[in-house]
Amino acid sequence: MSKSKFKNPVVKWIDHRLPVFSFMDHELNHYPTPKNLNYFWNFGSLAGFALVTMIVTGIVLSMNYTAHVDYAFDSVERIMRDVNHGWLIRYIHMNGASFFFIVVYIHIFRGLYYGSYKAPRELLWILGVLILLLMMATAFMGYVLPWGQMSFWGATVITNLFSAIPLVGESIVTWLWGGFSVDNSTLNRFFSLHFVLPFVIVGVVILHLIALHRFGSNNPIGIDVKGTQDTIPFSPYYTIKDLFGLSVFLSFFAAAVFFFPNFMGHPDNYIEANPMVTPAHIVPEWYFLPFYAILRAIPDKLGGVLFMFGAIAVLFILPWLDRSSVRSSQFRPIYKIFFWILLFDCILLGYLGAMPAEGIYVILSRIATAYYFFHFLILFPLLPYIEKTKPLPISISEPILGGAATASAFATREKK
Amino acid sequence: MIKYSSKFFSNNILKLFLSLVIICISSVSFGAGEKINYPQLNWSFSGILGTFDRASQQRGLQVYKEVCSGCHGMRLLAYRNLKAIGYNEEEIKAFASEHSVNTINDDGEVVERPARPSDKFVSPYPNDKAARAANGGAYPPDLSLIVKARPDGANYLHALLTGYIDPPSDQKVPDGMYYNKYYSGNLIGMPQPLYDDGIEYADGTKATPDQMAKDVTSFLAWDSEPEMEDRKRLGISVMLFLLLLTALTYFSMKQIWAPIKKQ
Repeated sequence: MSKSKFKNPVVKWIDHRLPVFSFMDHELNHYPTPKNLNYFWNFGSLAGFALVTMIVTGIVLSMNYTAHVDYAFDSVERIMRDVNHGWLIRYIHMNGASFFFIVVYIHIFRGLYYGSYKAPRELLWILGVLILLLMMATAFMGYVLPWGQMSFWGATVITNLFSAIPLVGESIVTWLWGGFSVDNSTLNRFFSLHFVLPFVIVGVVILHLIALHRFGSNNPIGIDVKGTQDTIPFSPYYTIKDLFGLSVFLSFFAAAVFFFPNFMGHPDNYIEANPMVTPAHIVPEWYFLPFYAILRAIPDKLGGVLFMFGAIAVLFILPWLDRSSVRSSQFRPIYKIFFWILLFDCILLGYLGAMPAEGIYVILSRIATAYYFFHFLILFPLLPYIEKTKPLPISISEPILGGAATASAFATREKK
Repeated sequence: MIKYSSKFFSNNILKLFLSLVIICISSVSFGAGEKINYPQLNWSFSGILGTFDRASQQRGLQVYKEVCSGCHGMRLLAYRNLKAIGYNEEEIKAFASEHSVNTINDDGEVVERPARPSDKFVSPYPNDKAARAANGGAYPPDLSLIVKARPDGANYLHALLTGYIDPPSDQKVPDGMYYNKYYSGNLIGMPQPLYDDGIEYADGTKATPDQMAKDVTSFLAWDSEPEMEDRKRLGISVMLFLLLLTALTYFSMKQIWAPIKKQ
């Protein structure tokens, strides 16, 4: 430490006493990263960007928002109409929630495909699932704040789920509401929690990053880094790659914000909340639809709630459900097929969640729900006993395979 | 070495995720019950470059004022906002002063004063209950956000306003209800509002129900999204900037990564 790597005397002076610059240099600059990461590894930093965007726009919005049943709807409209560029801030925040979930869902499926949750990254994964759970709570409460019809009725439906808990259910719901229906006290506490939870998310994200930097990123072939020949410093290689990814992401995001700002919302939320009028179909935001489909697929109320939360719970224990030691799907021919089936299953559940709970949709929801749990609870533990995995490369930079080799590896060798 | 993830996979997964997003998103709008097909009109304000037609908006304001405002409020719009559709301050002042609002004078009495440009549009009824009582129990919704608050709002409004036809013989229409082919359930509490030459347009345009429906929809679309023109204009600049930024970061990335790729 005596020989500082910093030239600037002020930086040197501070760093000697408080090594923040060394820390940043180590974690953001030299941080050794596998050199074979593909674009799916962009989504972690994109999620971080989305979180910061949501917090910044959210703080500005809160300066103009009134958490009261009589004023909430109008205060949001005042932001849209009278606050300078208020429409921009609000549409960024509103669409930002959707894009945050898009990014995080891709990030999660990346983890599933490449086995990023496997030892030694179990806690990294669990912290990630915890972030997802916090995001869902935050997004749900945020959707209530504009106090439109879907805000109100969505809040009513979801909080009522807790009444399924035996014996104390009703009391818990009353406690959550702070009254006997979704009302002013509910709106106030949701605003308070919606404001504070993002900072809790930031805390968990920091833990997520500490856990990540302990062993570094997983990579598309899923084998451990064997030495410095397998890695490159994070900067400039991945900083520029993340910046490029960010530019592409922002292009999509801006297109939504400026040209289709209400595409992912529900028109009913532009009608002020009215406890006397129930909308024909109460639909949650799109990112909750798969879980909503699971909830409705189970004929029993308590059962539906348990399965819905169970759908997240299985993610927490996934590192121990999957008994295969091979991380990447590239070397798991059968799992790879089931991965795509799971993805399709989740899309199907999302579609079914938006459909009325009747006829064929109910049957399909049950099949899709059954598959979801089959995939996690039966397939993950048992598949490794049946599946013959492909031979793994020796290292990231020396992908010479013992025995059978993949076509792409041959091609690379041929070029040499 | 970097080529380890095959191109095939990336393309496939991208397509799948795109379809995921599209399916999820489009399904949300299906949630709104049975689908009635409204005639799809070519609105000047649709599309990413669309803007409002000022003349049509002004005629729409006239339709609102002479027809709709008898029952429907517009409480989020202020008279001063009319500047955006081409009225000057004098005209706005005159328009506002046709209405009166309650205020409290220095003696603490509730008195009426003429509305000012800074006031919001005065609603026809003092409260929801009065509105219901005057309309046989049906509440005429406030129109401030109506185009955003209905799926396919502009086409829906135009269809609804022109959708009054004679009911089929097997359909009984109760008193105080009217038959509309585009209304969900077909029975609507609002009587047919637009008739041929129901109003006389200040600019001499022939006031057919279709024309009036188009004009008032154009006005209401603006009143639901007054920021729309600014939003799209800013959006174009932002997109151009982002395309440039994407190109710059892409080529920078290629250059920075070149030695690694060559290994």
